Amino acid sequence: MEKPNTYRAGPDEKGHFGQFGGRYVAETLMPLVLELERAYAEASADPAFAREKDHYLTHYAGRPSPLYPAERLTRHLGGPKIFFKREDLNHTGAHKINNCIGQALLARRMGKRRIIAETGAGQHGVATATVCALFDIPCTIYMGAIDIERQAPNVIRMKMLGAEVRPVREGSATLKDAMNEALRDWVANVDTTFYLIGSVAGPHPYPAMVRDFQMCIGLEVRDQMLAAESRLPDVLVACVGGGSNAIGLFHPFLDDACVRMVGVEAAGRGLDTPEHAATLSRGRPGVLHGSRSYLLHDADGQILEAHSVSAGLDYPGVGPEHSWLRDAGRVEYVAVTDDEALEAFHLCTRLEGIIPALETAHALAETRKLAAALAPGDLVVVSLSGRGDKDLDNVSRLTAAAEDA
Amino acid sequence: MSAAGRLKERFARLAAEGRGGLVAFVTAGDPDRATSLAIVRGLAASGADVIELGMPFSDPMADGPAIQASSSRALAAGATMAATFAIVREFRAGDSSTPVVLMGYANPLYAFGLDAFVAEARDAGVDGLIVVDLPPEEADALVHAARTAGVEVIFLIAPTTGEDRMARVLENAGGFVYCVSITGITGTKKARTDEVAQAVARVRRHTGLPVAVGFGITTPAQAAAVAGVADAAVVGSAIVERIAAHLDAQGRARDDLVPAVLGFVGELAAAVRAPAPPPAGTAAVRKRSALR
Ligand SMILES: Cc1ncc(COP(=O)(O)O)c(C=O)c1O
Repeated sequence: MEKPNTYRAGPDEKGHFGQFGGRYVAETLMPLVLELERAYAEASADPAFAREKDHYLTHYAGRPSPLYPAERLTRHLGGPKIFFKREDLNHTGAHKINNCIGQALLARRMGKRRIIAETGAGQHGVATATVCALFDIPCTIYMGAIDIERQAPNVIRMKMLGAEVRPVREGSATLKDAMNEALRDWVANVDTTFYLIGSVAGPHPYPAMVRDFQMCIGLEVRDQMLAAESRLPDVLVACVGGGSNAIGLFHPFLDDACVRMVGVEAAGRGLDTPEHAATLSRGRPGVLHGSRSYLLHDADGQILEAHSVSAGLDYPGVGPEHSWLRDAGRVEYVAVTDDEALEAFHLCTRLEGIIPALETAHALAETRKLAAALAPGDLVVVSLSGRGDKDLDNVSRLTAAAEDA
Repeated sequence: MSAAGRLKERFARLAAEGRGGLVAFVTAGDPDRATSLAIVRGLAASGADVIELGMPFSDPMADGPAIQASSSRALAAGATMAATFAIVREFRAGDSSTPVVLMGYANPLYAFGLDAFVAEARDAGVDGLIVVDLPPEEADALVHAARTAGVEVIFLIAPTTGEDRMARVLENAGGFVYCVSITGITGTKKARTDEVAQAVARVRRHTGLPVAVGFGITTPAQAAAVAGVADAAVVGSAIVERIAAHLDAQGRARDDLVPAVLGFVGELAAAVRAPAPPPAGTAAVRKRSALR
């Protein structure tokens, strides 16, 4: 691919990032997707919308989130200086709230009376249920039956916040199937319902809109790093499920050639097994959930079940902009296994007193690997995308099982 | 007969007979390949005017529980795109006039390769393609490939499709227009005949193509009512539910499956042939269509 003048111009007016993205939805939804695009464009141009959004980001979510120099991890790794972008300190414990505030305000502006969402780890479901409580909008969250089991604390949280949680038993009973059900709900309730997608996936304008709402992460890092070190970071690391925390961190730096970026997918039980979620490492382009992107599917185009210990990364697709950045060679995409992520989970917890989400632990595991090849004084920013409270049961069980083995 | 020819001929004959047709949907390979072929072969003999064959997909986002289950059964029994083409080919060997339309989702088509897909489809004897998640905005590549191969691309018009979008949707439409009668997934809500009549009239203001109505039609009486105001009624979920109801405990076809499914299709076919009194104000519409 020819090197573009800027990596930040996409998508085009039809929602394409090169060959990726687009609007692959049933005709029933197409007018809604177009209406959303118009409404979002209007809102983006309205300073009152930005003011309202910033108000809630600051006083409700707690932004800006700190950029914390992780001293003990830095010493432990013995090389580059590691910083954590503390999205785990946001209200509800992950970056997901940034996007939910933006979309819920947009839903309200569009006069929608009901919100639906899909969730994997439950972080997006909790963030959605939270803003729906705040703005007094009824909401329904679709969640795979397997995820309901492994992320039980978040299910309780959603229900307490007043959300209806609908278990999805079809297919692999995880995030992909939850998204299918949410799309079916949307088709059936077009007049009243706003679909609040939780990552940079789905039909245009979602990938661009969710990215814009998550861009506060990278914009803050830019200012914070310049203030702390008087220069830009050398390496950015983030986990990639759909890719919203990663694109939020990366996007403001895409045109700074000196900044290296690494997106970390889930290798599950290993890239050479069928049980992984490493879409960008092992997938081929395809169409799912409204956009064209890298995808895990068989030769006949049937979608494969992904696997990851982390529910938030357990998805056979990825946001289309990541597919484009991969093919453009601008961002490196790697994958780490369940075991590596679990190790990094414990390491971060013990060294820094920060219990990360299992999703986030994938970024930490890759940071450990990268550190060996980096120079002392290199500046590395890890997106600490969420906290691990939701994972405690699961991690205790997995750790006990590993010790028994 | 060429692909474009079969659909055109069939709708011309329906117009000449002064009735709306029956489009019968089943998923290719449900519940297994041999049974599926027996069903497909029997559909035409039971009075289906057009056969709509679902291409199984792991994630049928626009479909309700009945067709989702049907797709899963087919895949569990080893359905592939090649097997779908084989069913059409074997059907076509014994029936050169009943149009066959494939219906499915974009990913399996892209995985096959669009040019290879339309060429295979044409050679197997497919007349039209419905790709649910390929709105006109994303359909240019398929339309181009299909045109080259001589296969029609059929587009959907939904209740949400505004007047401002009609021309865009119909721009590359071929075969017939698939008018979605409800806002929802297949097999869930019931279509109301007065609303269907209005929807059909709206589409006819924009196109001379035949109009088939689908998504909420489950009974012979409903099929008759819809066929009274449209050029065809599509029945899918209700047929594949008959398949589901005639499986043994292991999910295999019972001996009475094929006769039960075809018996139901026969009832639907008889219903669209029985002259139903059209709702007030729609008779004129029917006649106009018959003249085309
Ligand atoms: C803490 C956390 N990080 C990351 C992710 C992955 O999502 P994304 O790739 O969109 O940031 C999730 C998703 O649930 C999450 O909860």
